[in-house]
Amino acid sequence: MSEHLLEVNQLKTHFKTETGQVTAVDGISFHIDEGETLGVVGESGCGKSVTSESILRLLNERKGNTTYEGEINYRGKDLLNVSMKEMRKIRGNEISMIFQDAMSSLNPVYTVGNQIMETIILHQNLSKKEAEQKAIDMLALTGIPSPEKRIHEYPHELSGGMKQRVMIAQALSCRPNLLIADEPTTALDVTIQSQILDLMEDLKKEYDMGIMFITHDLGVVAEICTRVIVMYLGQIVEEATVKDLFDQPLHPYTKGLIKSIPQLDGERKKDLFVIKGKVPTLNDVPKGCRFASRCSFSTDKCVEEEPPTFEHTPEHKVKCWHYKEILEKEGADFGKERTTTASH
Amino acid sequence: MEAAIEKTNKAQLQKEMKKQQRKLMLKRLLRSRMALTGFIILIVATIITFAAPLITSHDPLQVDPVNRLQAPSADHYFGTDDVGRDVFSRVVYGIQESMFVGLAVAFVTAILGIIFGLYSAYYNTLDHIIMRINDGLMAFPSILLAIAIMAALGPKTVNVIIALSVVYTPLIARVVRSSALVIKEQTYIEAMKSMGGSSNRIIWRHIAPNTLSPLLVQATFVFAMAIINEAMLSFLGAGIPAPEPSLGNILYDGKNVITKAWWMTLFPGLAVILITLGLNMFGDGMRDILDPHSNKSN
Repeated sequence: MSEHLLEVNQLKTHFKTETGQVTAVDGISFHIDEGETLGVVGESGCGKSVTSESILRLLNERKGNTTYEGEINYRGKDLLNVSMKEMRKIRGNEISMIFQDAMSSLNPVYTVGNQIMETIILHQNLSKKEAEQKAIDMLALTGIPSPEKRIHEYPHELSGGMKQRVMIAQALSCRPNLLIADEPTTALDVTIQSQILDLMEDLKKEYDMGIMFITHDLGVVAEICTRVIVMYLGQIVEEATVKDLFDQPLHPYTKGLIKSIPQLDGERKKDLFVIKGKVPTLNDVPKGCRFASRCSFSTDKCVEEEPPTFEHTPEHKVKCWHYKEILEKEGADFGKERTTTASH
Repeated sequence: MEAAIEKTNKAQLQKEMKKQQRKLMLKRLLRSRMALTGFIILIVATIITFAAPLITSHDPLQVDPVNRLQAPSADHYFGTDDVGRDVFSRVVYGIQESMFVGLAVAFVTAILGIIFGLYSAYYNTLDHIIMRINDGLMAFPSILLAIAIMAALGPKTVNVIIALSVVYTPLIARVVRSSALVIKEQTYIEAMKSMGGSSNRIIWRHIAPNTLSPLLVQATFVFAMAIINEAMLSFLGAGIPAPEPSLGNILYDGKNVITKAWWMTLFPGLAVILITLGLNMFGDGMRDILDPHSNKSN
């Protein structure tokens, strides 16, 4: 058990709001091993980003605005119990994060070299000169041409893809064991997106680090992840390896997500599949299965009782009362029909 | 050997880039006619301040009752006052005094303002305390508050600086706080946190530099207001004590003889107007130069 790089156990993150306490992340458990990429999928507001921010404890904890329950074990340390001082040593050094919005993730008043160097000097006992050399090396590693010139440039002089590379260079400059990537490619166009994904894949192999990859793009998941967790309204509804998830999705929500990917082949005039209904707000969480109101398979039991997490196989877990029946009814064909397109 | 060459190349490259940036700034300054005019007035005032002993031929305190209330002439460019002192020398030293007070106030308020502004933007509880004190100070009319503080401290140049700094610090603190509140929510601040930066590092290294341009503009205006208020305090007798030349003092002395000796009021009055006008124009121009969003001329 304790061999996992990161193990999250029954994590709950509560926020204090004007209308009362809201639980943005509600009892999630997962783990990440060294050298693997865990995809975290779900629609906006399902708690993906809050999960990552909880791991680094970036949320405002002052005056009890944010409270946590559960444990986040990183190499035997419970991150929820360490002091802020210790947390600062872990951030950027052992666990790093890259953000969705590369455009505004760099401080406009400093050169990019300056910012990479700052992270290096913060965590390592290097002189300014050595740090500068390291910054140049890191930029070169991310494939930026003539890095020795680039480090003297300001963020506004770089393109979006370049900025994201700089962010990656900064995040990896201290050789972290775990990289949290919060939708790192969403703001980029597809060509740059694929370059950045390739880069992350290469760097993962080189550094042998674990990556927690947050995204809402299933295509990206198929591309780089080894395992996936699917989140819905603060809970994990399904956990599986990438292959299982696309071949045989068990939860109706996952099925819906996969079905709503636009198809390259097949009938053109057909409308895109849409999951009916809206995500309930966190102020008003249904007491049974959270997806019940939008699920075409839901029964009274779903509305009344919250489903536990069933283990279909040790690697494939699902939070649904009826996954077996659904599987019998339609499941067998589902995967076959999709595999050709989902893993493009 | 090669490494050494490379190093010098790198240093050169960096130097050149900095030079280019400075050139660009200067170009923008020159293009904005308003900022340029303000800038020239300020340069002239600064030269007068530093060259005061060189450009005056008379002691500003030297009384000469025989030659009192003389009209401007080749010997006394701005005439003499009611006790025969050279008005030109007095105005020049008055400008020196005003510039000194104004600059000191701008400097002190900028430093205090950035400290209060940044910390109140970053820490919620502190914000309530500092901003309520701020509101209290701002609720008073500034001149009344300054007079009250001067009355408590006694007329002295240092006290003028203290009084005006108390009056204007809230202004700067507000400006810094409001821009820091915006900066604080930027992704790069969260990114810095995620890299392990401490609160103080984030406040001083990452938020502070981003608030500098509004701070600079506001400090220029405080500079101008401090000069006016110093003149006002001295005119009312609550500022710089009497025999010392200050623009306000000269105006006060000239008030009694305004029908006979217009030069005693005209020249110090013009000095106050020109310097504050210059500062305001410079501040407005700086705002346009430093804020890319209001860059109409480009």
